[in-house]
This record gives sequence, C-alpha cells and structure tokens, in this order.
Amino acid sequence: MSPEAKLDLVCPAGSLTALKAAVDNGADCVYIGFRDGTNARNFAGLNFDASAAREGIRFAHSAGAKVLVALNTYPQTGNWQRWQDAVDQAADLGVDAIILADLGLMQYAAEHHPQLRRHLSVQGSATNYEAINFYQKQFGISRAVLPRVLSMAQVEHLRQHTSVEIEVFGFGSLCVMVEGRCTLSSYVTGESPNTCGVCSPAKAVRWKQTAQGLESRLNDVLIDRYADTENAGYPTLCKGRFKVGEETYYAIEEPASLNTLELLPELMRIGIAAIKIEGRQRSPAYVAQVTRVWRDAIDACRREPHNYVVKAAWMAELNKVAEGQQHTLGAYHRPWK
Amino acid sequence: MMKLALGPVLYYWARDTLLDFYQEIAATPVDIVYLGETVCSRRHNLRLQDWLDVAAKLTAAGKQVVLSTQVLIESESDLKSLRNIADNGSFMVEANDMGAVHLLAGKMPFVAGPHLNVYNDRSLSLLATLGAQRWVMPPEMSGAMLAPIQRMRPAGMETEVFVYGRLPLAFSARCFTARAHNLPKDDCQFRCLDYPNGLSMRTREDQPFLVLNGIQTQSARTYNLIGELDTLRSMGVDVLRISPQIAHSAKIISLFRTCMDQPCTPHSALLQMDKLMPDGMCDGYWRGSAGLEQSHISSKT
Repeated sequence: MSPEAKLDLVCPAGSLTALKAAVDNGADCVYIGFRDGTNARNFAGLNFDASAAREGIRFAHSAGAKVLVALNTYPQTGNWQRWQDAVDQAADLGVDAIILADLGLMQYAAEHHPQLRRHLSVQGSATNYEAINFYQKQFGISRAVLPRVLSMAQVEHLRQHTSVEIEVFGFGSLCVMVEGRCTLSSYVTGESPNTCGVCSPAKAVRWKQTAQGLESRLNDVLIDRYADTENAGYPTLCKGRFKVGEETYYAIEEPASLNTLELLPELMRIGIAAIKIEGRQRSPAYVAQVTRVWRDAIDACRREPHNYVVKAAWMAELNKVAEGQQHTLGAYHRPWK
Repeated sequence: MMKLALGPVLYYWARDTLLDFYQEIAATPVDIVYLGETVCSRRHNLRLQDWLDVAAKLTAAGKQVVLSTQVLIESESDLKSLRNIADNGSFMVEANDMGAVHLLAGKMPFVAGPHLNVYNDRSLSLLATLGAQRWVMPPEMSGAMLAPIQRMRPAGMETEVFVYGRLPLAFSARCFTARAHNLPKDDCQFRCLDYPNGLSMRTREDQPFLVLNGIQTQSARTYNLIGELDTLRSMGVDVLRISPQIAHSAKIISLFRTCMDQPCTPHSALLQMDKLMPDGMCDGYWRGSAGLEQSHISSKT
C-alpha cells in the first residue's frame, strides 16, 4: 500500500453508545465534546462528562481507535477559565488530540501540553495554505480540518503547499457558510456556533399549524411553511425558503447532506489524511450505519483504487439518513458554487 | 478622543461610482478610511493600483488609509492579490484572514480585522506580539464581552467597533446573488452591480430579513449604535466604524461626528437618520441579545 493511501475515518459521537457504535463499525478516530459550550454541538442531553469520556477512551483505545476532543468554540475573556480547564481535562484524560479554533486557547495548549496533538478545527476558517501554515508556525498544529468551501482542485493545491495533515468533511449536514464566519444564528436567536456552540438552537424553534400550512419559526422569524404534502425539516435558518424578488425558494441552500463517496479515490490520490463524518447530534444508529458504509468504501478504495465504484447499496444506506433525503457534492463540485 | 472610520465598501459599485464616492468622502470629517475589495475576487472595477491612487488622494486630504484584504481566500490568485496588498510598502493593512496575518506578522504593523474571531484578551495579546496595532471587534460581540478585554488589552492596542451599517453576518463559497439569477458563480455576469445596497431577501411573510451581497450575507436591518456613544467612550473604544451604503454615507458620517464632538441626544440624531436606513435598525448584538433586536431608545434630552 502506498503511504498516501492511509486515510483515517473520523466519526462523530454525542454519547458513549454512539462512540461504541463508531468503534465497533470501524472508525479509526472518534471525536467527542464535553457537556458545555466548549464545543460546537452544545445540545441538551448530548456529549460527555469526565466518567463517560474516560470509559469511551478506554473502550476506543482497547480497540485500537483514537479519541479526539473538540474544544472548538471561542472563549471570551469573562469565561476563559472553562475552556482552559477543558484543555487540561482533555490532557489528563489521555485523549489523542484536541480540536481547537481559538488563537489564545491554541497558545495555551501549545505551552502547557506540548505533547498533546493539536488539530485546527473547521471553526478556525482556514481555507488557504498561508492560514494553515500560520497555525503550524505559531502553535505547531498537526492537522487542519478544511471548511466546506473549496473545490477539489483547490483542496489539492492547498494540500501540496503545506506539511500539515489535511482532514476534509465526507458526509453529513452541509454548512453552506464558511464555518467560523457565520453569525446568522446569533443575529436571529442571540446564540451562534462561535460563542455558544449552537446554530439555530432548539429552544428558539416554534412550530405552528396555520391555514397556509405548517410554519417553522426561529425566534419569531418565519423560516419555512410546509404544505400538507411536504416533509417538514428542522428550521436551520439557512435552509428555509425565502423570497428574493418575486421568487420563493431555498435562497441559500436546500436541506441536503454532503456525500463525497464518489470522490474517495481522488481524496486518497491527493494525500488527504482523514475524512470526517458530521453528526455528533445524531443517534447511535446513524453513527453505526454511516461508519459501516464509509469503512467498507475506504477499505474497497484502498484495496483497488482503480477499480473503485460507489456501490448502490452504500448510497441507499446513506440516503436513508441524509438530511432532506438528498445528497450533494457541495463545493467540491465547482458548479455548486 | 474617539476617531471615526469608514469601513471598506462591501458592495460592488461601478468604477465611477466608487471614484466619486471617495472624492466625496475626502471632504467628510472621517479620520480613517479602509479601502479595497473584501468580499469577492471577481469584482475588478478597481485594481490595486486604482486603490493606491484613491489612497494617495485620501491621504492628501488628511485621512489615514488602511488597505483591507479579502475575507475568504481560496485560490492561488486570491493569495497573489493578498501578497500584493501585504507588500504595498506604503499603507497599513487590515488582515481579514489568518493567511494575511501570516504574511504580515513581524514585517509590518497591521489591523486585525472584524473576521479574525478575536473574542478574548489572550488572542488579542498574541496578535499584538505579531504586529497588530488595532483590532476590530467581531460585530456579534456585546458591550459586556468587550468590557473585560478593554481592561486587559495590550498596551498601545486600539479598539475599533462597527457602529453603523448592515451587519456582515456570513461568508460562503457560494454566490447567492448569482444563485438568485440562476447563474453559475463563474459566469455571474456581475449581477452585484445591479444591487448597490445588496439584494433583499424576505421571509414568506414579506418581512425584510437578510441581504444577499454575492458570497456575503448581511442583515437587512442597519446596525446603529449612535445611542451608545457615551458608553463606547467610557469603555475606552478608540475608533468607530461606519460601513458605507450607496446613499447618505456623508450625512451619516456628519451625524456621528456631531454626536461624538458635542453633547447630543441620540433621539435627535435618530430622527434625522430614520429615513437613511433602508429596512429599519437594530442594536441587539451590543446588548447581548439577538442581533436583529432593537432596544427602546429614550427620547429624553
């Protein structure tokens, strides 16, 4: 096997059950968050306290898998200590890497836990190699996760101009905006991914059946309205229907999942280090199903990259759990832009 | 004493419109002018040399000029433009991406722009060691989040706050203006030229909600902190940023200047501003609530 054929499958877990499902179904790495605003999936009932994290790390390590901890929101001066404690806690627990976005926190981690691998989170908004090389020079990052904005040609070019490992998103809900550079959620609800670790938070959602149809609102702003024959989706505010001129349509993005199974040989060829599956907020069943398909696909691609074809059964499995039951190549495919 | 800055033009205006605009700005009581295309690499009505010519004229008119870099840097040609700005040799640069910081660090002083995600004093101190002399607070931050940073900010660091304009809320790889016209981004036919204040996006109840500006999404409402000038001053904020709009920018600058320099009630300034803001106003971010909210401003003198 050629050295560039190594491609880590990085899977999400919002609970111990999901972590075990990921490991049992072939994840190389599982990424988790603690139970507070230190990570970008700060949802009620989700994530790991210290004892669950300890058990998860033990379980993963005994199966040869790694555990990464996302500490990828932006601490403020007034609440800094919580993030610093979270870095210390991750180091004490013996995790394999921490995923960071904030400059100050990265500096703290590099100074106090130099042996702990640092990954640049997608929330760090690094979309070019000069930015990635900045984080490498300043903080010695080992890996960067790319925002979902670059075309394949741009990903390849970037990859050739940095020695930092590159991780890309392979599957899951699609952020249309550059991660870390979207405050639409706080504009409407007061809470954003950067500051609170949430987007379009559930507590701001209201559903109401009206004469015109079922309405979804986020802090009173109408996000969408559904006819009886339509499937209603979660009102993530960039995925609603709005009016521009006289047209009403998905002005920003349709509800759809990113799915890059068909790009696997290309991602391996250009030397991508890891593929990330989105969805720490999803169920253990989702994690198991998606991990299993991607494990099969990566193994098939590594065995015979030239004969790799996307199996219909894989797509059928993934479409069952895709947002809006649709999938897209997103920005990897230039015409999407 | 607080200084007044004019941010970069976020929209795509015709060449003559831009040149006329800056000619008008040269005569306004603004202290600092940020120049350059920060949103889309396809917008070429002014090239770097044109911007440098405008910069020279504004400098001659007594303004401090800062060249702003593009926020979303994707391609090698984006990087080439970025390097040309970083190496301009004459004017200070506002870094709007860590790639820009990488090119400027240790070489020349810079302004840390509003999209670098500086939310705490540690990040700010780090940027200071790399050469940042001023930083622009992320617009979603509240006064309460700013206060402790102000107390701990590094010596000599100036703080700038976005106080007027439609809020730049998000950036994408996708062009929403081209999408609205069913055009691919690579063949957008420069439709942004038709929307000098952005393309309005309304809810299905016809409420103005957001504004599409190419790959950028803005608030429909105009963020306006003219009612907070006393607080901003008492917190030691050094620079107030006004974001340009196609009409009335000179009038808005003049109203802010008046209120900054002499006793003024927000109410009287707001009465004059009311018709200058296309879709109403908001100040929620500053108060730590949803950005689109607007507090009640007292009409007491």
